[in-house]
Amino acid sequence: MSVSVITSKEVTNKIFNKEKFFILDVRNESDFQDWKIEGDNLEYLNIPYFELLDGVEEILEKIPTDKEVLVVCAKEGSSIMVAEMLSEAGLTVSYLKGGMKAWSEHLEPVKVDDLKDGGAIYQFVRIGKGCLSYMVVSNGEAALFDATRMTDIYLDFATSIGAKITHVFDTHLHADHISGGRLIAEKTKATYWLPPKDATEVTFEYRPLEDNHNVMIGNTTINIHALYSPGHTIGSTSFVVDRKFLLSGDILFIDSIGRPDLAGKAEDWVDDLRETLYKRYRELSEDLIVLPAHFMIMDELNEDGSVSEKLGTLFAKNHGLNIEDETEFRKLVTENLPPQPNAYQQIRETNMGKINPDIEEQREMEIGPNRCAVR
Amino acid sequence: MEATKVLDATGLACPMPIVKTKKAISELESGQVLEVHTTDKGAKNDLSAWAKSGGHELLKHAEENNVLKFWIKKG
Repeated sequence: MSVSVITSKEVTNKIFNKEKFFILDVRNESDFQDWKIEGDNLEYLNIPYFELLDGVEEILEKIPTDKEVLVVCAKEGSSIMVAEMLSEAGLTVSYLKGGMKAWSEHLEPVKVDDLKDGGAIYQFVRIGKGCLSYMVVSNGEAALFDATRMTDIYLDFATSIGAKITHVFDTHLHADHISGGRLIAEKTKATYWLPPKDATEVTFEYRPLEDNHNVMIGNTTINIHALYSPGHTIGSTSFVVDRKFLLSGDILFIDSIGRPDLAGKAEDWVDDLRETLYKRYRELSEDLIVLPAHFMIMDELNEDGSVSEKLGTLFAKNHGLNIEDETEFRKLVTENLPPQPNAYQQIRETNMGKINPDIEEQREMEIGPNRCAVR
Repeated sequence: MEATKVLDATGLACPMPIVKTKKAISELESGQVLEVHTTDKGAKNDLSAWAKSGGHELLKHAEENNVLKFWIKKG
């Protein structure tokens, strides 16, 4: 039987379509427990490849023959070895091209909606890590929000729709992934905007984002209204785009809220987080469509793979927005927090321009899920 | 640390460092120590998990000039 190869893009489409398939993950148990490919109809078996060096006979009966089988490892090498062994034993299997490394880097662009004056807003779903970035396009101009380090994907996408990137924003100084914002701004000569309170230690030039600042994209009325909304970091800024979309950064997610501890200041920032979520956001229209910078679980994805929800619905359903008691809220966001993202200190330093790791080091630093939220 | 044998697996990608380690350790007597050099960053977790499941003991690991070094005592 033959071994075929499947790309991260193909796996993403299968997950968006809720297809059933079986994942044989041959990484070691702790890596698998920490982070894996997730989807609604997936079944898993985790056996490290080094347990299979003498043969795959012992696991044959655990592998289904009535559904597609995908062998996955960290970088691809071990999954090819195991897939070939299974193939020789008579099974039809595939392996994931580039392994979890490629999975972590895959971005799937999804159109969220049209804008009032003919433009559009796109969401780039980094499905393996749960990061979301955005491109707002109007009249041949594009603005990017929270871009990842996979800069070519945005540049190529902008070219494919005939748009020039003129503004690049980061809602805050990221701790879970390396920003591509600065590099994209350099390549396209776009303006790079950062919240000044998050950027006190950065080593490069940027334009400071101030509260109530409007930026126009194209010559139409697509205004991007910056809203100071501290809590995840002291500078965290949200954006209202086209009076319809609320880009909430890492402050508010679909089924969770931002955590205030990734710069080591949970106790200091919990009041800011509370104020942003319970006062500032309350003053906004409930009809705004919330577009967050992350998702944590697959249930947060809509049918088309996008991640969005009306602000009013979140006020009704998101547990983190419905904790009346301030002490209880404080407890939720300062105690029993999930583990911090892998290498989050080095990631922050990279985003400040203090260190310049090479591409392999950047990949290693970003291994694992994002963990920016508390539920 | 005194090693009975040194395995140079630098430059090799997963799964080769462990494939070679397994072969090298099979040629040792119980109680003897194998020193493994690798540049594959994933090897750290994998070698410790592999050693544990095989009944071997990972005595020590170190990093020198981007080379990861492991000392494994055969069980």
